[in-house]
Amino acid sequence: MSMLELRDVSKIYGHGAAQVTALSEISLTVDAGAMVAVMGPSGSGKSTLLTIAGSLEDPTRGEVRIGGTSLGSMSRNDKARLRRRTVGYVFQDFNLLAGLTAAENVALPLELDGTPARAARAISLEALEKLGLAERAARFPDELSGGERQRVAIARAVVGERRLLLADEPSGALDSVTGEEVMRLLHNACKQGVAAVVVTHDAQLASWADRVVFLRDGRLVDQTAPPRTPESLLTPGPGQ
Amino acid sequence: MCSSVSVRHALLALLSEGPKYGLQLREEFESRTGEVWPLNVGQVYTTLQRLERDGLVESDGSADEGPQKGFRITGAGADELATWLRTPPDLSAPPRDELVIKVLVAMRLPGTDVHEVIQAHRRYLVELMQQWTRIKEDEASYDVSLALVVDAELFRLDSVIRWLDSADGRLKRAAADQPDQIQPAAGALPRFRRRVGVRR
Repeated sequence: MSMLELRDVSKIYGHGAAQVTALSEISLTVDAGAMVAVMGPSGSGKSTLLTIAGSLEDPTRGEVRIGGTSLGSMSRNDKARLRRRTVGYVFQDFNLLAGLTAAENVALPLELDGTPARAARAISLEALEKLGLAERAARFPDELSGGERQRVAIARAVVGERRLLLADEPSGALDSVTGEEVMRLLHNACKQGVAAVVVTHDAQLASWADRVVFLRDGRLVDQTAPPRTPESLLTPGPGQ
Repeated sequence: MCSSVSVRHALLALLSEGPKYGLQLREEFESRTGEVWPLNVGQVYTTLQRLERDGLVESDGSADEGPQKGFRITGAGADELATWLRTPPDLSAPPRDELVIKVLVAMRLPGTDVHEVIQAHRRYLVELMQQWTRIKEDEASYDVSLALVVDAELFRLDSVIRWLDSADGRLKRAAADQPDQIQPAAGALPRFRRRVGVRR
């Protein structure tokens, strides 16, 4: 079942001579349980694609559907509810609130959506435990390493009934080992049925995705073929 | 494929753990390198003969000939291994790289969009990296040697993609600033080649 669908989405900023086309007729479908990576140079429209997919911005033309429902038919309140409940965001600069502990940061979207504080905290602690952060739950963001902060951001993005994860350079500020850890976490979320779109310029991170699409000058110009069995890379061993 | 230089020193490394025979050396080499580079047993024996000729290994006297003949490392072999580990490979001369040549050709070939050529190669490399990452996710999580080998390959392919990205950007800027370098110039080919100190 498709969790996210972009149909002929275009985004144009400005008017007349100053007009800039950030996205041009983008069509993209992401099924539940799938991870799609979006690659492209700076200015290719990757981040714009993500903000439109996450209802943070409206397209100029075209349609965005999340979970089968068109965003164009939603009121502001409906979209806000969607952002709280269905969509999780992971950004490069983490966006954790400095005055809240890790557990409080993760619980916040649940509480904002009406989950009682105690229940939200229990869900939050469970998520942090799954990400190996149970012992850091009471720490504030400035007491956490970059990798820990990013894991808290991921926990916050996946708690509750989030079905769509949108990540913009989720490992951008991290070393490669921690970056791999982050991608593993995102991929595990997909194995639980979450759909994910990851924007990245880093091919190693993109290689975690089931499909990689390439943006250039606001257009989708290419995508990878479905993967062959990875065993074809390994030459036969002795006796084979 | 593993270079003969690496196999030679890999066998010395395995023998530095204690005396071993040919088939054992092959099995250990393969299992410790994540089963990525299968070794022909003939290559193992040929390498052992050369090592013995060079005084870096010697027979341990356990058998005359045949698969049970054991070998052990000599003092000279241990010194050779230590030196090899600490000697950087010669990276001073860039290899004649087929992909670089393809891009250089594409940038001047009439009717060819060099950016499309670059994207075709980029896509292929990303597809390869997807396969390696699957292996890392599935098998290498409990096999450190395999993880190291897979990482080496991922970083290698990644570096090629980074060059393609850089080439894409550079060619785009050059097309605006210096169009005669991208499309064929009318008339004769350039009359000089600038030597940049690389072996051609």
